[in-house]
Amino acid sequence: MTMLGTELTAYVLLVLVGFLPNEVWRWLGLVVSHGLDEDSEIVVWVRAVATAVLAGVIAKLTLFPPGALLLVPLPLRLVAVVAGVIGFFLIRRSVFAGVVVGETVLMGGTLILAR
Amino acid sequence: MSRPSSFALPACVPRAAERLRSNAPCETSNTTPMATQSPVAPPLAPPKSPRPFVAGLRTALTSVFSLVLFGTYLGIGALAHDFGFSVHWIVAATLLVWAGPAQVILVSALGAGAAPFEVAIAVSLSSLRLLPMVVSLLPVIREPGSPAWRLLMPAHFTAVSMWVETMRIAPNMPRALRVAFCNGVGAGFMFSACVASVAGFYLAAKLPSLLTAGLLFLTPIAFLISVTRNAKWLVDRLALALGLVIAPVLVVFDVGLDILWTGILGGTIAYAAHRWREGMA
Repeated sequence: MTMLGTELTAYVLLVLVGFLPNEVWRWLGLVVSHGLDEDSEIVVWVRAVATAVLAGVIAKLTLFPPGALLLVPLPLRLVAVVAGVIGFFLIRRSVFAGVVVGETVLMGGTLILAR
Repeated sequence: MSRPSSFALPACVPRAAERLRSNAPCETSNTTPMATQSPVAPPLAPPKSPRPFVAGLRTALTSVFSLVLFGTYLGIGALAHDFGFSVHWIVAATLLVWAGPAQVILVSALGAGAAPFEVAIAVSLSSLRLLPMVVSLLPVIREPGSPAWRLLMPAHFTAVSMWVETMRIAPNMPRALRVAFCNGVGAGFMFSACVASVAGFYLAAKLPSLLTAGLLFLTPIAFLISVTRNAKWLVDRLALALGLVIAPVLVVFDVGLDILWTGILGGTIAYAAHRWREGMA
């Protein structure tokens, strides 16, 4: 990525393949939200679709992770996710507490397994 | 939204909102001379004071999501470094794309030499969640009669972190200040993400791989917990559970467009169950 041509290609790709396919949902949301009632049936369905999509992204990032997360064995990744959710429910429904519990199990577990 | 628990500045925010409310009258009086000078001027000019913006910045920088974002973008910055992108490129990506999972996909897929069209589809599918978040956020902050372009920045700033914090706090503020507040929250989160992208890029070689793994784990764990927290209706809980199960099954059976099908299948089944239950009641 040192040559100007390659560098420029990287920016063109960023706009065409990163920015536009992502931003289109925000622009579409701007248009669709105009005069839409938050409690309408269509919004309930769209929200359910979005929640399922987000859940799918979460599952894929956990089960088929990119890069360094592959270092952590799959069973440990799953245990860490479950521990984080349990931590959230047990510790005053705090997102922060849940994240800390999940991360501690993930990284602590990896260290213990590596010994 | 469920009640905020121990989640970020419980004491400071109501006070900030109150201060803003008490400032509202003097803002209206500031606009009066303008309105008398020009009869065409709208009676309610947008607030000129930077205060709601600053309140938004403060909300973002003291929120738990700033830590999560900082860690996530530390990981994304390191990932960009490892795949051979420049530091300017990854900061531009954070400013323009502003969606964690999309950026992870963008960097790792482009870096691995995937076909641009496939990358665009994967990025787009991972960001589908932005549509309903924008659709539910904008009616909360919109001022009746104000031009649509004022909502362009809030729409661009929309992300899980900003959506959660704005939906929690903005409804308690005067409507005229909400867009500026919302922009402050978005800018605050984006600022921490940009700083983290740069830090992650330069730390990449020095970060132990275990720490990088932990940083990459922040996005799924923080998303899962905050979605769990916000899913108070059966339809949302069901969609969450179905999505977690359907996506891996589709990946294992090598079905194309797995995230799109996960959303349509999981969301529709959850919605159908919700309608069926309503019919029963």
